[in-house]
Amino acid sequence: MNLKVIDFKLISSFKKLLFVVALLFAVPAMVSAEPSDAKAEAGKEGKSFNAGDMILEHVSDAHSWHVAGDVSIPLPIILYSSNHGFAMFCSNKLENGAIYNGYKMNGEHIVVANSDGSTNTADTAKLWDFSITKTAASIMLSGILLLLIMTAVSRGYSKRGLGAPKGIQSFFEPIIVFVRDDLAIPSIGKKNYEKFMPFLLTLFFFILLMNILGLVPFFPGGANVTGNIAITTTLACFTFIVMMANSGKTYWGHTLWMPGVPAWVKISILGPIETLGIILKPFTLLIRIFANMLAGHIVALSFFALIFIFGGLWGHFAGYLTSVFSVAFSAGMLLLDVLVSLIQAYVFTLLSAIYFGMATEEAEHH
Amino acid sequence: MDLIVPSIGLIFWMTLTFLVVFFLLKKMAWKPILKSLKDREQSIQTALDSAEKAKEEMKALQASNEAILMEARNERDKLLKEARETKDSIIGEAKAKAQIEADKIMQSTRDAIQSEKVAAMDEIKTQVARLSIEIAEKIIRTELSSDEKQKALVNTMIDEVNLN
Repeated sequence: MNLKVIDFKLISSFKKLLFVVALLFAVPAMVSAEPSDAKAEAGKEGKSFNAGDMILEHVSDAHSWHVAGDVSIPLPIILYSSNHGFAMFCSNKLENGAIYNGYKMNGEHIVVANSDGSTNTADTAKLWDFSITKTAASIMLSGILLLLIMTAVSRGYSKRGLGAPKGIQSFFEPIIVFVRDDLAIPSIGKKNYEKFMPFLLTLFFFILLMNILGLVPFFPGGANVTGNIAITTTLACFTFIVMMANSGKTYWGHTLWMPGVPAWVKISILGPIETLGIILKPFTLLIRIFANMLAGHIVALSFFALIFIFGGLWGHFAGYLTSVFSVAFSAGMLLLDVLVSLIQAYVFTLLSAIYFGMATEEAEHH
Repeated sequence: MDLIVPSIGLIFWMTLTFLVVFFLLKKMAWKPILKSLKDREQSIQTALDSAEKAKEEMKALQASNEAILMEARNERDKLLKEARETKDSIIGEAKAKAQIEADKIMQSTRDAIQSEKVAAMDEIKTQVARLSIEIAEKIIRTELSSDEKQKALVNTMIDEVNLN
């Protein structure tokens, strides 16, 4: 028990450290990127390399999936607005500022265009963009990949019965057992853990796969998925919904009406704080993984950007010289990101499990 | 800023993808996998338990064997001791009997010798008496062969009588 507490403290302090480091990296990158965002148009004409733009372009969502060189895969655009109805077409129709069906692309934003080509701000505000973007395509790819992998693992079990695991099955079995024995059971307890297992396993492997796939630098990977706030928000919302759906009387009793505390304290101080705490839990979940993964991408890209910055300042030779260090640093950063990917998947799942444990706790230890 | 504003489309697709993946995985992967893991763990536990039980049984069997062996050894020792005692007592008894017998024989021998001796003595006494009479007869005969001698004897005897 004691060891476990220490272990947990260690993990949480390590996590905090990572979070701080990630913020340290992320904040200046965001701040420095912000003014350059406004100058993006100007930068393109001026042909000079803008590190902020390059990095932002790589970490933001896009309507087409860049493969290599000039090749990119167009993705479907799905739009809905109350006065234009549904629209669905391929993203290459909007390439290079072209207007299609009264829509045009402003950066990576799809806006409603007037007949003279200017943006119709009033209609754009009513526009719902359900396009399958690069990130959406990437999560679908991850989902399909995960389904393929896990059904293969499952087949191993049905084939070998109670026999020893083999192949892909023996690779994933320790991880599944780890999620069960070291995440779910200690956090939720032996009595209730089973009904949360499918959710926790899906969460862990889905996040892990998206994280790792995001680190692969070439085509099917490379999308900044778990560093996208929409993705982490959705995941955190799922955890929140599952937690709320399984919360018992004891949980609400302890949260909103803490026993052994005077009533006025409960109403004036603890009640609001605990209510805020309920909402803050999923919020910290979504921010933690978002910031960590985004920061990882930004830092790795920043090292690459150095090559071009130095190359631009002092000529090609400086660029080549810098590339040696940059590639080394980027590789190191990537390895660190693999670790961060694992840790973030672990932390997200662990905290979800702990929240479920809190929600399903029964009043027997008081 | 785009980076920190979640887009509705992405939330929609993520929700859809996650739900589909979750339900498919739950049905096709997690349930069978978790069940197999549990079954296997249980079968391993059962096997371990039965092995432990067999070990215990073996130990008990060994202990009982040991006890039986010990008992047999004790029994043997006891038998040997009894046999030795019996032997000793038989020998002792035999010795005592033999002694008694020997004593008896000796006694009877001694008795026989005594009676033989008495008989011999009687014999000798008779013989001596007979011989003495014969000798006396012979002597008397010689002494009383003439009248003078008879007178002389009578005289002597008279002298000897000495009427006092």
